[in-house]
Amino acid sequence: MLKPGLRLKSAVCDAEIMVIKASEGDDLTCGDVAMAEAPDKVDGDPEKMNGCLIGKRYVNEAETVEVLCVKSGDGSIYYNGAELMTKDTKKLPSSD
Amino acid sequence: MNIALFLQMAAEACPDRRALTYEGEHYTYAALYAAAKRAAYRFSTANCKYVSLIDVSSPAVPIVLMGAAMAGIPYVPINYRLSEEQIQPLLERIEPAYMILGSKEGDYSRDNGVTQNTKDFMNEVLTGEEMEVKWNEDPTAIAVQLFTSGTTGVPKAAILRHEHLVSYILGSVDFMGAEEHEATLVSVPPYHIAGISAVMSSIYACRRIVQLANFDPAEWLRLCAKESVTNVFVVPTMLTRIIEELRFSDFEPSDLKSLASIAYGGGKMPVPVIEQALKLYPNVNFTNAYGLTETSSTITLLDPDDHRTAIDHDDAAIHSRLGSVGKPLPSVELEIRDDEGKQLGPWESGEIYVRGPQVSGEYEERSVLDDDGWFPTRDAGYLDDHGYLYLSGRADDVIVRGGENLSPGEIEDLLHRHPAIADAAAVGMPSEEWGEVVALAVVKTKGQEITEDEIRQHVREHLRSSRVPEVIHFTSELPYNETGKLLRRVVSEWFRIEGD
Repeated sequence: MLKPGLRLKSAVCDAEIMVIKASEGDDLTCGDVAMAEAPDKVDGDPEKMNGCLIGKRYVNEAETVEVLCVKSGDGSIYYNGAELMTKDTKKLPSSD
Repeated sequence: MNIALFLQMAAEACPDRRALTYEGEHYTYAALYAAAKRAAYRFSTANCKYVSLIDVSSPAVPIVLMGAAMAGIPYVPINYRLSEEQIQPLLERIEPAYMILGSKEGDYSRDNGVTQNTKDFMNEVLTGEEMEVKWNEDPTAIAVQLFTSGTTGVPKAAILRHEHLVSYILGSVDFMGAEEHEATLVSVPPYHIAGISAVMSSIYACRRIVQLANFDPAEWLRLCAKESVTNVFVVPTMLTRIIEELRFSDFEPSDLKSLASIAYGGGKMPVPVIEQALKLYPNVNFTNAYGLTETSSTITLLDPDDHRTAIDHDDAAIHSRLGSVGKPLPSVELEIRDDEGKQLGPWESGEIYVRGPQVSGEYEERSVLDDDGWFPTRDAGYLDDHGYLYLSGRADDVIVRGGENLSPGEIEDLLHRHPAIADAAAVGMPSEEWGEVVALAVVKTKGQEITEDEIRQHVREHLRSSRVPEVIHFTSELPYNETGKLLRRVVSEWFRIEGD
């Protein structure tokens, strides 16, 4: 179950994410391997290793699922078989 | 979900970048992160329910904030300048606590918990072996608890959970959005939401924090120049004093060539002051941020483009936007409601209600959110046709004269625009005939004169007769607290004593 705040690690690279927004299901993969709290390391699908960047937020098309990459890695993040895309932060002027 | 994530990510992405500068010493993100972990270890093994810091700004602030967060223990910063009589009852409410204390007269030792002075604490956490603590990841865990000053006696303990603060920062700050040369000067106190917010957003943006423990306008200018500060956050009274310092000292506005952005909030900004600042620094981005402790700070912003559009505009309605606090953040819903809770339209004044993931509205004692999650701010205001919010003051500050509600803000705004008046505060004074009447405390502009009659005449000409002050008291300065809030209670006292 994907719940906001859940931290998951990639099995194929160094990537780590935190769930911001969640939806039904838990099919979150990196490099085509399921992400988990403490996964055993394996090789990823070379077709799905475009990388993810620390600080970027990744969302599905419907924006029902959103994750924050908290550690960069070589794998690509997929949810329910579709690659997640980066979300632009609405650039607000720094107010603090 | 834990706010310590911000520091962890910064240390991961740019460990050797300077995170903080204090009295000329620099600390990297890696160093702060390691210190926070050592602090977390200490807090979690100390058997305490709260972590408190009672001191001015220093590198201890981010270390204690993040260390407490990792350990899953609420962080309760307390105003260092309160008297012993004021602090002791607060300490009783947070027992047992791990208390880190700056040098302060008085006996603060407790039977339970740990009491340590800041210097010893810092020596312990800045060196030693690497510690790892299993983080508390519950989004609903309390991250920060702030005692808010109420108008009536006992301070309320406002609660901010990790989910509120994480939501606010992720929604408004770009991770590592700051370049290496950027630096922000934090001169607001660490026990105020603006101070805490500044630390979290700077860390997440990876923008160096320069700390100034005690605000002094000359020192502020000197530090800005010395550290090539690019961003600042000030409360309105600080900006007023900085402009005065620029005028009367050898400091030139051009000495601050690094300054790119000035954000302000925490109190009402008199329009003449912001107009002056905009004229002195036309290339600087100005942002007005309005928010409350209970809403994790900022809920509306008047952004740099809004400022530029307004300052030069011929249309008075648009120019007057300089007196507004801007529009709500995208994730915040905002409504104006009347006494019955009915939503009001543009230009109608009422109480400001907000709702959103960053809004807590919760105190130790209870939540004040309504059934649909709306938070009553107790601030009065109105929206214009374009969604710009104007504040009319605290709902509590309303002066009720003969059944009519008078807004002190309306009278004060008028007087601020008078060249002979530097500052003014309008409060209610008890009256047998009217219930309350308007009493005015006035600070004259240096070198100028104005009489009581001239003031009354001025008010009579521009506002309705009910606003004309019954009593006027000239004073050399108005009472403000460290975060720039006018202490109306103190001003009211002046008139109560006279009246009796």
